[in-house]
Amino acid sequence: MEKVIRTRGIYSSFPRKGGAAQTATHYCPGCEHGVLHKLIGEALADMELQDRTVVISPVGCAVFAYYYFDTGNVQVAHGRAAAVGTGISRTKNDAVVVSYQGDGDLASIGLNETLQAANRGEKIAVFFVNNTVYGMTGGQMAPTTLTGEKTVTSPAGRDPLQAGYPLHMTELINQLQAPVYIARVSFSNMAKLRQARKAIRTALEIQRDGKGYAFVEVLMACPTNQKMNVEEAIQFVAEQMEAEFPLGVLRDCTAERDPIVRTESDYRKETLDHLLGLDTERAPDAVLDSTAPTVSVKMAGFGGQGVLSMGVILTRAACQAGKFVSWYPSYGPEQRGGTANCGVVMSGQPIGTPMVSAADVLVAMNRPSLDKFAGEVKPGGLLLYNAAMGEVEVPEGVRVLAVPALELATKGGSPRAENTVMVGVMSVLGGFELIESAYHEAIAANFAGKDAAIKANSAVFDMARQWALDQSE
Amino acid sequence: MATQLVKGNTAVIIGALYAGCDSFFGYPITPASEILHEAAQKFPQAGRCMVQAESEEAAINMVFGAATTGRRAMTASSGPGISLKSEGISYLAGAQLPAVVVDIMRAGPGLGNIGPEQGDYNQVVKGGGHGNYRNIVLAPASVQEMCDLTMRAFELSQKWRMVAVVLADGVLGQMIEPLRFPEQSVAPETDTSWAVDGTAATRPNVVTSIFLDFDQQEAFNNQLQEKYAAVEAAEQDVECIRMEDADIALVAYGISARIAQGAVEAARAEGIRAGLFRPKTLFPFPKDALNAFVDQGGKQVICVEMSNGQMCDDVKLAIECRCPVHLVNRLGGNLVTEGAVLTALRETAKQI
Ligand SMILES: Cc1ncc(C[n+]2csc(CCOP(=O)(O)OP(=O)(O)O)c2C)c(N)n1
Repeated sequence: MEKVIRTRGIYSSFPRKGGAAQTATHYCPGCEHGVLHKLIGEALADMELQDRTVVISPVGCAVFAYYYFDTGNVQVAHGRAAAVGTGISRTKNDAVVVSYQGDGDLASIGLNETLQAANRGEKIAVFFVNNTVYGMTGGQMAPTTLTGEKTVTSPAGRDPLQAGYPLHMTELINQLQAPVYIARVSFSNMAKLRQARKAIRTALEIQRDGKGYAFVEVLMACPTNQKMNVEEAIQFVAEQMEAEFPLGVLRDCTAERDPIVRTESDYRKETLDHLLGLDTERAPDAVLDSTAPTVSVKMAGFGGQGVLSMGVILTRAACQAGKFVSWYPSYGPEQRGGTANCGVVMSGQPIGTPMVSAADVLVAMNRPSLDKFAGEVKPGGLLLYNAAMGEVEVPEGVRVLAVPALELATKGGSPRAENTVMVGVMSVLGGFELIESAYHEAIAANFAGKDAAIKANSAVFDMARQWALDQSE
Repeated sequence: MATQLVKGNTAVIIGALYAGCDSFFGYPITPASEILHEAAQKFPQAGRCMVQAESEEAAINMVFGAATTGRRAMTASSGPGISLKSEGISYLAGAQLPAVVVDIMRAGPGLGNIGPEQGDYNQVVKGGGHGNYRNIVLAPASVQEMCDLTMRAFELSQKWRMVAVVLADGVLGQMIEPLRFPEQSVAPETDTSWAVDGTAATRPNVVTSIFLDFDQQEAFNNQLQEKYAAVEAAEQDVECIRMEDADIALVAYGISARIAQGAVEAARAEGIRAGLFRPKTLFPFPKDALNAFVDQGGKQVICVEMSNGQMCDDVKLAIECRCPVHLVNRLGGNLVTEGAVLTALRETAKQI
């Protein structure tokens, strides 16, 4: 009768593996993945962490680690374990996240994720199997392949001129500030095995206590791909690998670190309403009104002239007055060129396109804007331009008015509020049919919390409005 | 009722918060960045998790991790980033994990530009990554729907254990409109039947996308196809405007639909019987309603989209080319104009 010795933390048989031999692992004879599994499993069991643990199986020979670990398990894409671990740990504060990865997975395709998670100090215990080759795919060169080592993709031996030098992950991680614990271990003799066991336990204790990132590199050979027997494999680790990759604990600042605690989600509607400002900022809903005009306004000028916020104030006013309204800006490089524009459409009906290609009203704050958009004003439409431009050529069939924006703004006590001047003028001449109080509410909402700005802009608005009324008489 | 003026990208985050999304993982890209900015500001205030990832690949895999724990997770990006996320989306599909991805489309291929386009349709609606999978795809056409359909995306992705994508464009992301806020907030619960969240209840579970045995992989694939068929039967959604007596249907989603709607009104004023057929779900495509249009004597279809006819192909498939299907499109960051749609309507009306 077959006698099964149960390893703590490891399932007693492996039904996920399928097939007949349900107590044998899928690893090759002589491979030390089994030893590492056992050390991790026992440590998790001894520390009573199995319920809290999620083991991440990588892509590589350990892809089926979930056959074995008696914990929660997840299998992930090649190289992405550190990112997945981040997602788990960030959303489940108490989870003990264990990432188990090979050198292709961790140091090649996943190098970015590896370093960034380490640098953020994620609460993950990383067990990094450095066997100097890609085991699962047939022994190709890995970032950790030794100089001169022959693999199927470095048949003449790794040539540093072609393929660079063996990557020292442990030392690389040691450049970062956040990690709590960093060590390199091997199983090449009993004393080293004991040190390895201790390092593994420390890495898991750090997770138990929620202190952050722990990295343990484990040197192993790959007898199958390196065509070695067990003794040769151990010798390869002890003599060649350890010469290139020195063993030791490079960092242990467990004692100095406090637990990292992630917040719990607050789902309450009151919380959300409050943080989104619904307590203070509420607009009325739009009212269907087929008699209300649909007006399209385009506003354009230099970046600093406030044309985008001119549009927003107008949009707010329309909203306060119960109109359907939309605002659409130019964005990105267009803005970087120094000019900006936006379009506002308001109506008593739901708005179709928010883009303004034919404008009922155009506000041009500088000459390039006037040149660019003057042709887009509808026949009979209104063109307001900044009087500071001086003489301009205007299209035929449109109403044109030069607005002394700076002068009016200055007179109102706020020289920078040229955009508010334009809103004031539009409120009279734009044909929007909005009640006057809506504009004041819009200004108040736009500068919420800044009483001086509200006062100044309201004064400028009134001044501009009066000016426009005088013009229309 | 609570209404505020809100930017489309902001509305996504408002929807996500009320939908009980626990975590946001993102990487900056115009024109989707404001979603990341808003998440960075608002998520921590509600105790939710937000991480600026090192790349879109990392972001989608963080989503994978958060989804593994049964929590609601999302990411947002634009075309170049969605390409990078495709690997992770395939893995999410293979592991049947729910997650929400928002794509604020910009012009491509390659780096393209940041202007609005709808060229990610095939990538997102057909799956995008490797393998026989689909995503649920929702297509908002207003700031209101940027919020509402983000909430719906969480609901559907949870219900079907699928990735749900909110497919919008640069215009919808950047524009401001009044938003009626959600009237309820969701406090989701972890489904311990499949999640792995570091608790005793979920310790026996495994989240994986591997089936070594060919027959098992086939059976799993067939099971996925059955699920997708059930989604097609249950979740088709469309808004029809003046379609009851329409001879010509304008089929358009997102911002293109808003433009097409203007053309419908103009055409009606000229006596052309046009209607707007606006899919709100792109997968499942609202085939049944479009077939009903053809069955009831609909004569012509004009697709309006900012792509090289990617949705137009699905329209032809949906109605098996039972009536002529035309395309009015613009590319490169340009919008189709109402005038161009109206011209096409006039031309098409002559053929009836
Ligand atoms: C994106 C992607 N590229 C390539 C592969 C193929 N692949 C599977 S395992 C592996 C190598 C893993 O090597 P390593 O991380 O060193 O682990 P080992 O097999 O040695 O344990 C590769 C390249 C894959 N699964 N996914």
